[in-house]
Amino acid sequence: MAKVLTIKDIEKCVGCALCMYACARRLPKRPFIGYDHSGILAISLSGFERGATIIVCRACIEPPCSQVCPTDALVPRKGGGVIYKEKYCIGCDNCIEACTISAIFKRRDGKVALCVHCGYCADFCPHGVLEYREVEA
Amino acid sequence: MSDFDVKKVLHIDLNEYSYFVEEREMEFGGVALATKLLSENIDEGVEPLSEDNVIVFAVGPFTPAYPFASKTVALFKSPLTGNLGESHAGGRSATAIANAGYDAIVIKGGSTKPVYLVIENEKVHFRDARVIWGIEDSLITGRIIAEKEKGRGIRTIMRIGGAGERLVSYAGVMTETYRHFGRTGLGAVFGSKLLKALVVIGKGTKTPADPKAFREVYKKIFDLATTSDAMKKYYLIGTPVNVSPLNELRALPTRNLEVAYFEKADEISGEKFAEFNLGRRIACNHCPTACIHIAALRIPYEEEPYFHKTIMISYDYELIYALGSMLGIADREALLKLIYRVEVYGLDAMSTGVCLAWATEALKRGIVSEKETLMKLNFGDAESYIRAIDNLYLQPNDFYLNLAKGVEVASSVYGGKEFALAFGGNEMPGYHTGAGGYVGYLIGLRHSHLDNAGYSLDQKLKDDLEPDKLVDKLVEEESWRQILSSLVICFFARGVYTPEIVVEAFKPLGIEMGEEELREEGRNIYLEKLRLKKKLGFDFSQLRIPNRIFEVETFRGKIDGEYIEKALNYYKEKYFDAI
Repeated sequence: MAKVLTIKDIEKCVGCALCMYACARRLPKRPFIGYDHSGILAISLSGFERGATIIVCRACIEPPCSQVCPTDALVPRKGGGVIYKEKYCIGCDNCIEACTISAIFKRRDGKVALCVHCGYCADFCPHGVLEYREVEA
Repeated sequence: MSDFDVKKVLHIDLNEYSYFVEEREMEFGGVALATKLLSENIDEGVEPLSEDNVIVFAVGPFTPAYPFASKTVALFKSPLTGNLGESHAGGRSATAIANAGYDAIVIKGGSTKPVYLVIENEKVHFRDARVIWGIEDSLITGRIIAEKEKGRGIRTIMRIGGAGERLVSYAGVMTETYRHFGRTGLGAVFGSKLLKALVVIGKGTKTPADPKAFREVYKKIFDLATTSDAMKKYYLIGTPVNVSPLNELRALPTRNLEVAYFEKADEISGEKFAEFNLGRRIACNHCPTACIHIAALRIPYEEEPYFHKTIMISYDYELIYALGSMLGIADREALLKLIYRVEVYGLDAMSTGVCLAWATEALKRGIVSEKETLMKLNFGDAESYIRAIDNLYLQPNDFYLNLAKGVEVASSVYGGKEFALAFGGNEMPGYHTGAGGYVGYLIGLRHSHLDNAGYSLDQKLKDDLEPDKLVDKLVEEESWRQILSSLVICFFARGVYTPEIVVEAFKPLGIEMGEEELREEGRNIYLEKLRLKKKLGFDFSQLRIPNRIFEVETFRGKIDGEYIEKALNYYKEKYFDAI
């Protein structure tokens, strides 16, 4: 069965951004330090006095980002969301525009960062905000 | 060559609205790097509130590689103590600076009109701040800048409130609303440069030298932080968990330290705040602990039925001590309102509480009159303290003008030095634990209780140490904490980052450093910093000990003045005069 990353309880988010660092570290052979390669974003709600939240791919079944990708770098994935074929990405930013919840991020090298539903970040969410769970494909 | 071999320092000149990047080789960051940079860039006799003062911000090699390395160290000349000023803050400050690609930022000069700075990786923007200058509320200032600038989630917005603009000597710089460069007056230095805020937006990336080991060590630190007891004190009740035990020990300074036991301490204990007021917890960036406890305070508008506001106020032990027990405040809601006021203006809570406690006693003793204080001040009366805090910002007369310079200055003008509770010019923290604590405040390099182990030695040791042994122990611990401060690891995580873990964490970054080498480096950094402090005017012979501390019994008995004198003499000879 396919698995996707979901948000279990957004109100519990403390804005620590450990998910962002985990995302950047997710590739065993090429872990990055810093946010640039992170496909998840922890923000405060216009100041931490209003709390914090997470912006991340909702695993659409019909992903608009994939529909506007001119090079098929974003291919729909079983269970929802997309597979990102980085080498085909020309950095046109169509996907960034197309994502209704702004969950695709521009990297400094021109390409994009987005959640590919690997679930690595959920292991480092200290407060049970993120959950990696099975879905019907 | 690894990504960690070269340090990048961004130099900004507010006189000419220019900047450049300097590259330098050095293994350490944080305090070690900031000490070097300030020494190189500041003139000895500089006036703290002149444009010639220099501000250095520095982060460390573990930022943002590992959790907890999220403190930014700020060094500058302090308007409060008149010598080296140092303050550390978390939030997103350190990780944003590191992600933007910098190890340190040096700010020189002063603007002719109010500005705020936006650092966006390699670019620095000088923004017109004339319209927002004069907004006394640091929260509003933060919100305005947050709406205008980009980079949500990956930026820090360090800003001053009204206290910084009006040069209160203990004004702080706020970041991400609830974290502060609180102590020793960085806010006033910002204000004197007409610098309203510093925004840093970062999106950089580094790669470890050993990818596999990096992920393993990271996991180990993460597991230590989340599954061991090392951080328990901070993630459950938070730092206010100390209120009750310190009170039971007779170590909680109360009503300007007339006593060290607050009969109503239970009302302002961490447990009571957690039970009745805790509304949310948040974390500094890259910290799994989330020690920031925020109270939700619902306030009705008395004149308008069914109209309420709810404000969120972060509380910690030091605030509860300084604005609670020290002022005799036992009503939690009143205490939260005082904390909120201090947050709005961007004052240091500890200095504010100690100054107001001194003013209350001075008024009671007739050293000053209501002509000076402009109102009655009584321990326990929060309403008048709210107005007194407004006056620290407004400075409507000479008395508040002096009190805004700290309790050292105010007591020099009006008298009452024997109960003016400052050490080295900095108002005391909330630990009347014994000689160890006070010697620690007097010789501590940044006059922060967190930098030395004095107050904790008092609690842990069964028997009194000889004065020289005590001093050696304090210096040894403070030297190790220079390493933590150079790695900018939050001191709350010092139980996680043992020397062994530090050595292990260095390796995947391509840095080899043994434990003994680390300790030696810590001693060097300590001495370098002491040298800088001396150069900036720290005069050992001017240290003053308020008599009050000898009058109030600690749980170890009364503090012996001779013991402290011996300790100070030993310190002077062995460390201070030796450099």
